[in-house]
Amino acid sequence: MPIFEVENMCRSFGGLKAVDGVSFSVESGQIKAIIGPNGAGKTTLFNLIAGSIQPDSGAVTFKGADIYALPPHKIAEKGILRTFQNIKLFPHMTVMENILVGSHRKMRAGFLQAAFPLPWTYREERDAREKAAQIAEDLGIDTLLDTELANLDFGSQRVVELARALAGEPEMLLLDEPAAGLNIHETLQLSEAIRKIMEKGITILLIEHDMSLVMDISDEIIVLSYGKKIAEGLPAEIQRNPEVIAVYLGTDNA
Amino acid sequence: MKKTRYISLALFAAGIVACQLIFTALGTDYLLIQLTMSAYYALVVIGLSLLMGYAGQISLGHAAFFALGGYLTAVFSTNQLQEVVSHEMLTRLSRIGIVYSSDAHDALYRLHPALSLPTVIIVTIIIAIIIGIPILRLKGHYLSMATLGFGIILYRIFLGTKVFGEADGISNVAPFDIPGFFPIGGESSFRVPNYYFAWFLVIIALVLLLNIIDSRVGRALRAIHDSEEAASAMGVDTGRYKLIVFIISALLAAIGGFFMTHYNAGIGPSEAGIMKSVRYVSIVAVGGMANLWGCLIMGVVLNYLSLRGYFGSYDDAVFGALLIAIMVFAPNGIFKKEIFDKIRHFVSRIPCRFSK
Ligand SMILES: Nc1ncnc2c1ncn2[C@@H]1O[C@H](COP(=O)(O)OP(=O)(O)OP(=O)(O)O)[C@@H](O)[C@H]1O
Ligand SMILES: [Mg+2]
Repeated sequence: MPIFEVENMCRSFGGLKAVDGVSFSVESGQIKAIIGPNGAGKTTLFNLIAGSIQPDSGAVTFKGADIYALPPHKIAEKGILRTFQNIKLFPHMTVMENILVGSHRKMRAGFLQAAFPLPWTYREERDAREKAAQIAEDLGIDTLLDTELANLDFGSQRVVELARALAGEPEMLLLDEPAAGLNIHETLQLSEAIRKIMEKGITILLIEHDMSLVMDISDEIIVLSYGKKIAEGLPAEIQRNPEVIAVYLGTDNA
Repeated sequence: MKKTRYISLALFAAGIVACQLIFTALGTDYLLIQLTMSAYYALVVIGLSLLMGYAGQISLGHAAFFALGGYLTAVFSTNQLQEVVSHEMLTRLSRIGIVYSSDAHDALYRLHPALSLPTVIIVTIIIAIIIGIPILRLKGHYLSMATLGFGIILYRIFLGTKVFGEADGISNVAPFDIPGFFPIGGESSFRVPNYYFAWFLVIIALVLLLNIIDSRVGRALRAIHDSEEAASAMGVDTGRYKLIVFIISALLAAIGGFFMTHYNAGIGPSEAGIMKSVRYVSIVAVGGMANLWGCLIMGVVLNYLSLRGYFGSYDDAVFGALLIAIMVFAPNGIFKKEIFDKIRHFVSRIPCRFSK
């Protein structure tokens, strides 16, 4: 039984069919990559799944529950967390605080408990900080915890975004081009980090242009072009698929 | 972080005590009147700071909430009550103790003080929810427009309704008199306890708000302010958070208005006016929005100066000009490290200039 299923997802912007009847499913613990040329609709598909834009039609289920068109915070509550293609962190907060926002869904203190703190509220906060520090250490950014975000280089910001999502203990992670803008060394570290995440049993959907990274770590690959799914299969199959090759070489002008 | 907070609170409390001791020693303790009133206005200001600085929403109707608290309790504790409730009803209610007739004025029926504050709180929450609920779906400047409309409507209602005393407002409001406690009112023999009561309220509110800011909730609020999309992707129910902050800030304003009205023994329609709301917004802007301490200090200083009449007939103009000046020259308020750094830098270079 797949943990996550998308059926016939559609969304247009004006006359443009950004996502056009896409269906696929992901097995628990699997890492599935979504590739395709610029403007193929990959990010839009993520936004539809994560609830930040409304679908026109379709169906989404996660662990057997219908999560179609739920608002983003509800999707997050269900255990699906994401990163953004154009990094979206909280610039006026430290790295530690950024990561702690990721823990939001795992913590309980609301307005009343915050205003009138009890011992468990302090304990909860302390535990969250310890966990955040641990995640930061695992990802090699523990020296940056007290840094204001604005003072961080691009590569570290990508890692902080990943750490923030991990702090929420997701069951499924949506990564939108995590290697974009990273140098070779950083990309290697990233693939190492993704491997560690998979070891924890977290299911991953990965959008990525870096083909060596995709071929290296993904279990299966989906190819989008002009909003449509044109291929799905194992990395080796996708590499040989003539239609995919055509799309990537730009000879597909039927 | 926690430690500096307690030091700040202790210093602040010491300042409050010092003011009282000095003014009493100098025989100028009438100055405590304006400081007490400033405290009630400060409640509005720190609530608005939470709303503007942490939830990123602007309210142009906080004076209306302040006036709402004041007018309701004014009606509850004066003859105005008879304008809305029939005499037979009042006598019946007085038998079960909900309404009572004070011995001083035989004919005067008042809502029991233990009921008036809860009533104001409940009414304020309901109104804040009604005005605020579309925030759950609408983005952008919805709240500033809605609160502006609310402020104008409420102002016209206070100005045009007999129960609310029309242009004169309501005077002769009795002190807020909880049995066994000194009366919250303007009687000069209770001036000092009233001063401490008002500042006690401010400190309580301040501690609660600082607690909220230093928690998971405060973090979520700041996250919303920085990137609503990212905050909601991490599970923050952004609409709900903004609505709750709006309710909290409206409540603080109404409570400020409630006690202020008892303290002044009256309230007039100008308290609900748009210029008053703009004044609160400009104080929060000067104080640095997401800076409770800065907003509190500016709230006290500016309100005190205004109440003492230092701005003369330019009162409203001063606050308008201040708002514009802040937006142009120091959009982050004046309590910013950069600004202090600039001053320090400037000062440290003075000797060099002379030595050249
Ligand atoms: N909010 C929007 N309004 C209008 N058009 C949009 C919107 N979002 C995306 N599009 C359009 O939809 C198409 C798909 O965009 P999308 O960002 O999903 O592509 P992508 O596959 O992620 O591309 P890239 O590899 O460049 O990130 C593009 O043509 C884009 O211009
Ligand atoms: Mg994209």
